[in-house]
Amino acid sequence: MTQVITVPPSLDDFSFEQVLDQVAALPADAKLLVDARHVRWASPYGLTALLTLAQTRSERPTLAVPELDETLSYWARAAFFQHAESVYDLTGSYPKRRDSGESNVLLEITPIAKSDDVHDVVGQVQERAQKIIKTELKLESKAIIGFAMTLSEICQNITEHAGRGGWVAVQSYRWTKRLGRRVVVIAVCDAGLGFRRSLESMPGHLPTARWDDAAALEEAVIRGVSRFRERGRGQGLAGARNYVGRWNGKLSVRSGTARISIVPSWDDDVPLAEGLSPFPGAQVQVIIPEAVPGGGSER
Amino acid sequence: MMNHIDVSSVLRQTLACDLYSNLVTRTTGAAVRTQIEQLVGESRERALTVIDFSQVSMIDFSCADEIVAKLLMRYAADDAPQDAYFLFRGVSDDHWDAIEAVLERHGLALVVEHEECVRVVGVLSDDERRAWEAIHRIGPADAQDVAIETTTDAATAREALDALCRRRLVMQVDGQYVAVGDLRG
Repeated sequence: MTQVITVPPSLDDFSFEQVLDQVAALPADAKLLVDARHVRWASPYGLTALLTLAQTRSERPTLAVPELDETLSYWARAAFFQHAESVYDLTGSYPKRRDSGESNVLLEITPIAKSDDVHDVVGQVQERAQKIIKTELKLESKAIIGFAMTLSEICQNITEHAGRGGWVAVQSYRWTKRLGRRVVVIAVCDAGLGFRRSLESMPGHLPTARWDDAAALEEAVIRGVSRFRERGRGQGLAGARNYVGRWNGKLSVRSGTARISIVPSWDDDVPLAEGLSPFPGAQVQVIIPEAVPGGGSER
Repeated sequence: MMNHIDVSSVLRQTLACDLYSNLVTRTTGAAVRTQIEQLVGESRERALTVIDFSQVSMIDFSCADEIVAKLLMRYAADDAPQDAYFLFRGVSDDHWDAIEAVLERHGLALVVEHEECVRVVGVLSDDERRAWEAIHRIGPADAQDVAIETTTDAATAREALDALCRRRLVMQVDGQYVAVGDLRG
């Protein structure tokens, strides 16, 4: 019997938890109909997480596409349908071709599986990010290189640790609801090993008394621990953490049943959320906001 | 003997692609370092190699770790394959965040050339930094000369200079200490 999963009208990292809560109650091999007909807006995280959700199912799920033309058009520009066709059976009518008009999509949804993919992604984003970070976010030019470095390191989290491919998307938009300013957002999602299993594969790993997804995220994101013993490992997420701190941004990493966040003053998220519905792999989001006029963006 | 390695050329050979000039990913960094090591290994005698980043757009942390940190550590190790020294050229602000992070992480230092000037950057003790700057200022010298220049005793100066030699930041030529970058032929 097909189980219907209702996608909330506004799909971002928070509301995606509602999707996972519904999925968690079902057996792993249940056939899903992911009903996105009433979705009006989705963040890059929402779109990449939807693709990732399909990768976690043993039975190929069905996705009912949004009904709103504007939403369909944006999802098409973000290359969502192009990739969704490979992991979902799609129902409903949607644009087969991408609209080539002006878009705030810095990087359409792109699969990441190997090192060359990271080169492609960084190369594609660099030129457009330069314009958006300088003119729209009004940040110093130093923020541009840091942005590309952060994107590269987060994508490498997939190639180095996930054990299977994932997705990346980058977009800029005015975040009226939460911030009232423009933001640029990176979302990188995979359905691979996840942080806990990755760290457990470290030679000689001895789990602590409290060893769970939250502890694994603290080890990796806060203490820079990697499954590789080399001293130089674990710098990627540390670099991303420093970057968001410097530009007053937000970093959140979800894995398994926990989410850890570097929370800026403009956000009211918790630093560590535990006991979430399980979701394999790792899902990373970076948000860099527009500088406050007169105040700069640096802390 | 002095070699010059244009890192962006090595990158293009490594990727077999002319499209990108970004040093990103650990895999790429390891491949580029292997190429650099081969080029360095072609000269059997003691060699100073200029590692030129001028045409590199950006470098990420993973790549900096593979290329810069591992290169420095390999040739500063007791079992280094040869007597090699490095001078880093064309390191801009765009590269510095990643390179500085890996130097700090591993406690390393390197010599950079910028607009015809050379300086040492990274993690050094105060004695090492003073000794390097003194030898760079006064030119080839022995420990006694450096002791006078840094107003310390000869044993302290010699200890610092020997540590700098082990770290490939100073070389010994005809019984005198020379700062890397000061003998460029």
